[in-house]
This record gives sequence, C-alpha cells and structure tokens, in this order.
Amino acid sequence: MEITRREAIVGLAIAGVGVELVGDTDEQAQSLVATLLAAADVVAPPAVDVSESFVRGYVLGRARVDAEYERHIAEAASRLDAQAHREYQSTFASLTPSERRQVFRSLGVHLTHADPDGVLSQRIRYYVVNDLKYVLYSTPLGGRTVGVENPPGYPGGREAYQRGPTE
Amino acid sequence: MAAHDPADVCVIGAGPAGAILAASLAERGHDVVVLEAGPRFDLDERLERLERGLRGEHGSADVWDMGGPRDAYTWSGDFEYNLNAHRIKGVGGTSLHWGGVTPRLHPEDFRMASTYGLADDWPITYEEVAPYYRQAERTMGVSGARYQFSGPRAEGYPLPPFPPSYSDQLLEDACAELGIELHPVPRAMNSEPYDGRNECVGYGTCQIVCPSGGKYDASVHARRAERDGARVRTRAPVDRLVLDDSGERVTEAVYAGPDGDERRQRARHFVVACGAVESARLLLQSATDGHPNGLANSSGAVGRNLMIHPGIKTVGKLDQPTRQHLIGFSTRMTEQFYDHDQGPEGTMILTLSNTAGTAPATAATRQTSHAKHLLDGNVDALIGGRLADEVDEETGLVGITAWVEQLPDPDNRVSLDESKTDDRGNPVPEVTWRLDDHSRATLRSAARICRAILQEAGVTDISTIGTPDHPLLLSHRMGTVRMGTDPDHSVVTPQLRTHDVSNLSVSSSGAFVTAGAANPTLTIVALTLRLADHLHERLG
Repeated sequence: MEITRREAIVGLAIAGVGVELVGDTDEQAQSLVATLLAAADVVAPPAVDVSESFVRGYVLGRARVDAEYERHIAEAASRLDAQAHREYQSTFASLTPSERRQVFRSLGVHLTHADPDGVLSQRIRYYVVNDLKYVLYSTPLGGRTVGVENPPGYPGGREAYQRGPTE
Repeated sequence: MAAHDPADVCVIGAGPAGAILAASLAERGHDVVVLEAGPRFDLDERLERLERGLRGEHGSADVWDMGGPRDAYTWSGDFEYNLNAHRIKGVGGTSLHWGGVTPRLHPEDFRMASTYGLADDWPITYEEVAPYYRQAERTMGVSGARYQFSGPRAEGYPLPPFPPSYSDQLLEDACAELGIELHPVPRAMNSEPYDGRNECVGYGTCQIVCPSGGKYDASVHARRAERDGARVRTRAPVDRLVLDDSGERVTEAVYAGPDGDERRQRARHFVVACGAVESARLLLQSATDGHPNGLANSSGAVGRNLMIHPGIKTVGKLDQPTRQHLIGFSTRMTEQFYDHDQGPEGTMILTLSNTAGTAPATAATRQTSHAKHLLDGNVDALIGGRLADEVDEETGLVGITAWVEQLPDPDNRVSLDESKTDDRGNPVPEVTWRLDDHSRATLRSAARICRAILQEAGVTDISTIGTPDHPLLLSHRMGTVRMGTDPDHSVVTPQLRTHDVSNLSVSSSGAFVTAGAANPTLTIVALTLRLADHLHERLG
C-alpha cells in the first residue's frame, strides 16, 4: 500500500523522530515545544524520559498535517501560559512541577473528562494531557516501560511477540 | 428522477459478499453496478482512525463514522448490543474492522437436524461448499495450517500460519496436560506478501483498522471490480426494490443520490448483500400489495431466525510477564470442542488471547472514574500520578476467548420499527434477540474449560468478561433470509435466489440455516463465489 507523505510525517512523529520542517525553529514553535515539554514532565511517569526531540517530533509533526490540531494545541499552550502568569507571574515552562500541577488544577483539567470539542478544561485534557499519554503508550517510549516494546499503534512486533521478556 | 442505464447485475452492498461478487462478475465481462449506502473511505485517513479507535475517549462506533440518523435502529430483548459498533457502512463493509478469523463451518453444521435432531439441515452439504471454501481462502489470502479438528480439507492454506506467541507458550503445557490440542488460527491476514498486498507489519489494531492493508478487507475487491468496469456508487442507500406488473421480477432499485434526490437503477438481476440486518430490512421495506409482508416473504421467514454468536473472555494473572499486545491478533486456537459429542451443550471455538486486558494507549487515555481518586485524596492521579501503574495493571494478564453457537429461533428476528425513522424517513430495523438455554449451557461448558486451562497454568485472580447468563455478543449476525428448498419455510434457494422473485438473490450470512461457531465471513465469501458462478451461467 502506498504510504503518503502525510502518513510518513505522522509515522515519524509517532516514532518520536525529530522532523526538521520549515518553520519549526521559529519562536512560536519553540515556545510551544517548551510548554508541552513542561506538561509532559508532570504527566509522564517517572520511568519515561520524554525528550525535547520527542515532543518536537510528535507535536510539530502533527501540527504540520492537521490544522485543527495545530489550532487546538496552540490555544491550550497559550491558556496554560496565561494561567501560569495569573498565578505565578511566569511562563508555564518556567514553573516547578508542583506549580504546573496547580495550574492544571486551577483550570479544572484534573476533574474533567477529555473532549476535543468540549469546554476549555476538556480540550486541554484531550490535546495536552491525553495526547501525550496516547503518544507515549502507542510508541516504544512508554510501551517498553510496561513490557510492551511494540505497543498497538506502532508498526512492529512481528518478531517480538514470539520472544520472551528481555532483562 | 434520474434513472441509470440498466446493468446486468445490481449489487446492493459493498462488503465482502457484494464486493467479491461484483469483482467476480466484472472480471468475466458482466456489467455490474454496486449501490453502497456508506462512503468510500480514504486509505490516507486510516492512521487517524487508528488513533480515534485506540484512544480511550472515543466510542467504537466513532471510528468509522457510524451511529448517526442513517444508522438508527431499535434493539429489543436481552442485554445491550451497540449494533453500530459491530458494523460499518461503506466500501469494504464490516471487514474494515474485523479480526480476520476465517475457519470453515463443519460438515455437521450443515446437517444439524439429521445428525443431532437440532435446528434444520441446510439444503447444501459441506462437500458442495468445500471447493468454494478453497476459492474463498485464496481470494482473501488466508494464512493457516491443516489440523485435526477443522472442517475437512485436502489442501493446505494459501499462506503459512503465524508462529505461536510467547503468551501461547505459557498456556501450551497446561493445554497438553488437559489433552487439549492447539492449532494456528486461520486468518485472512498476510503472513507474507500476497496478491499484490504487503504482509502484516504489526500495528496491532486489527479490529479497529488495519493501516497497512496486511489484513484483508473487501475494499480490495471493490477496487478490482471497478478496474474491470463495475460502477460503484457510494452514499447511495437503497430505499426499496420495485417490481414489474407481474410482481415476479424486480425492475429497479430506488436509492438516494448525493443530494438526497431519488434515483433508480435498472438491472437484469439484483443481489441484496447488506448483511443479515439490512438485507432483511430492505426486503421488508419493499413490501407491495402483492408482497404484503415484505418482498420475497411469502414464507414469513424474512428477518426471522436471527442468530448471533455469544462469547466469554476468561482472564487472570501470572506472576511473570505475559507479553500481551505485541501483536493484535490471536495465534493459537482449538476446535477440539466444536462438535456435539460431549452432550447437550453445543459447538464452541476457543482462542488463546494475545491481547488480554487493555492496550496501553487505551488504558492510559480512557475516561476513568474520578470519584475513587478523589476519595483517595489522590488528585494528582487524575493528571498522571498513577499512570504507569494503571497501564501496567492492564497489560500483565493472560486470557482465553470463547464463542459458541446459537440455534435458530424464529422469535429472534429483524423487523421494522414503524415508530422510528432514519435520515431517509424509512422505518428503522428493530432487532429482537434473546439468549437461549442451549447457548447458556455451551457458554458454561466453555467457561469451565477455559478456567481449567488457566488454573492448570498457575493463573490466579481468574475472572470473566461476560458470563454464561450475560455473555458478550460478537459481530456475527446470521439466519434472517434462510436458505432452503421449501418456499413455505425459507427465503432463498440453495443458489441464493429468492423463491418468490425470479431475478432477486440475497448474498449474506442471512442465508445461513445454522450458525455453528465458525466466524461467518469465510462462509459468506464461499457462498458469494458460488453465486457468482451461478449468475455467470444464468446471464450468459
């Protein structure tokens, strides 16, 4: 089956490969990546090391092919920053982990269900919190921490499923 | 209203039955039009659908845009059954999200009455269908290996089987101790490149969507049919079939155009291939003065004898990694308990799971209850504080899935709910269904066997998803336009032509007389290939 450019980009993004795209070194993109990396720091489990290149890959890769995602993720990042400024007079990325969790709580993100078309807290939960969880656990980055190094959503596993666990 | 040039054959539905029939006839030079209610899905969008299906926030029906006013229905009877999570309208039909399991029915399934005094005999035998089973396996590309307990076969499979999983090996010794033989799962999935399609690359989301095309779906044959000149019209739901003045021949299928305008397709022969629910519904909806109970329903059997396979999953924990979710499909099963020698309970298939529990991404994103975390004072858990534990709990399980036969009961049926209409103003299908004692007994037996295997393997904390009294219901629906030689008790002939209307056939699991425990698609495809040969001869 022919793989389109779109699939290739999304595939690379899912794989956490930093994709060099025109425009992704500009200030806006840098700020977005910093905010989402800071979010990942409090959402991802301690065993998962989320790197800047991983966040850059999946966020900017998806934004490049999905205009609606780009709009929502930019809005979510902007609202996290706005709340951080309101409470701590600082950017979200500059806060301590504890302060970042407080920002989530202040926005009601901890209490709500994720809904891409819902109110702000639901959209932040969907596009920031759950998106990260999805990308982590549909790729080896998160999958390997629970013994599923080729999880559903990631192409691979034809050999691995036959093998036992490796130490 | 627009009327299109007449075709040789008008096929209604572009799932496996309709698409493979259309491709077979078009390849032999016949002029075929296919009318499909749903859209043509863009292959480019499969990765998006994968995410939608794998994430825990969305419902199953959302993945393939099912569940709107077009798909409205009424469910009456036992339990809940989200019909729209178990079917797809569109080019490829429900094969777009099936697991691809393709066992054959057994010879005894075709002669339940004369062998066991149960249900009715089919008017055809396994031996008559066997050449078409072989052709169906080649058509879809079925991987597997011959084994003792399957339907008898002289030949091997077109593709080699997938090797057993590590998880299978954890239960293998226990099965051997209990005298249970395991064998590869026959599956329409490429274990190596086949027929111009790549092999499975292991996305692991088979029953959500296969982004790579390594698993067969009927869009393959819809494209082939078009390559050979068939016209496939999408977003073209058929409202009714219209008869000539004699009431014995269909002249037109009346359907909706893209703007909702009424259009008509004429043809020499019509084949209804919309699945067990919609095929019965279309016949009922096409009632006339001469066919007051529905088209081709002088027997009263249209819609009746609906059979659905009930199932049960038995899962538990081992004190070691079980390597689930590395592949999206099962690799070992047994049909050792398929036939009725054991007594009043009936036929079942057991498969060892490679996907016990929940996929990591789904476990991480599902909408969990907040109450527990709030009561625990663990607010951070709601954002991600216990994320690793929650995912881990769901991925260290092991399990066995069983599904069992249901005997036909005329009160299990598809009818029309006149109190509710779909987006076309047509009455929606009403599905009335109850679990029977035969299925309950078989489910109890299946649960006992599965539990015995897991206990023998040292599995603890054993529980079931579904129970013998409240089982899971699979996507397999059969029996609603049953086959037979007696027009008073059946809808279609052994050649799938309706008794009452000379140029109308039905190609669907609706034609099944009994359900066995075999997943129905291989038999659907075998029967549609057989119908293609009959129509080719008849059309000349």
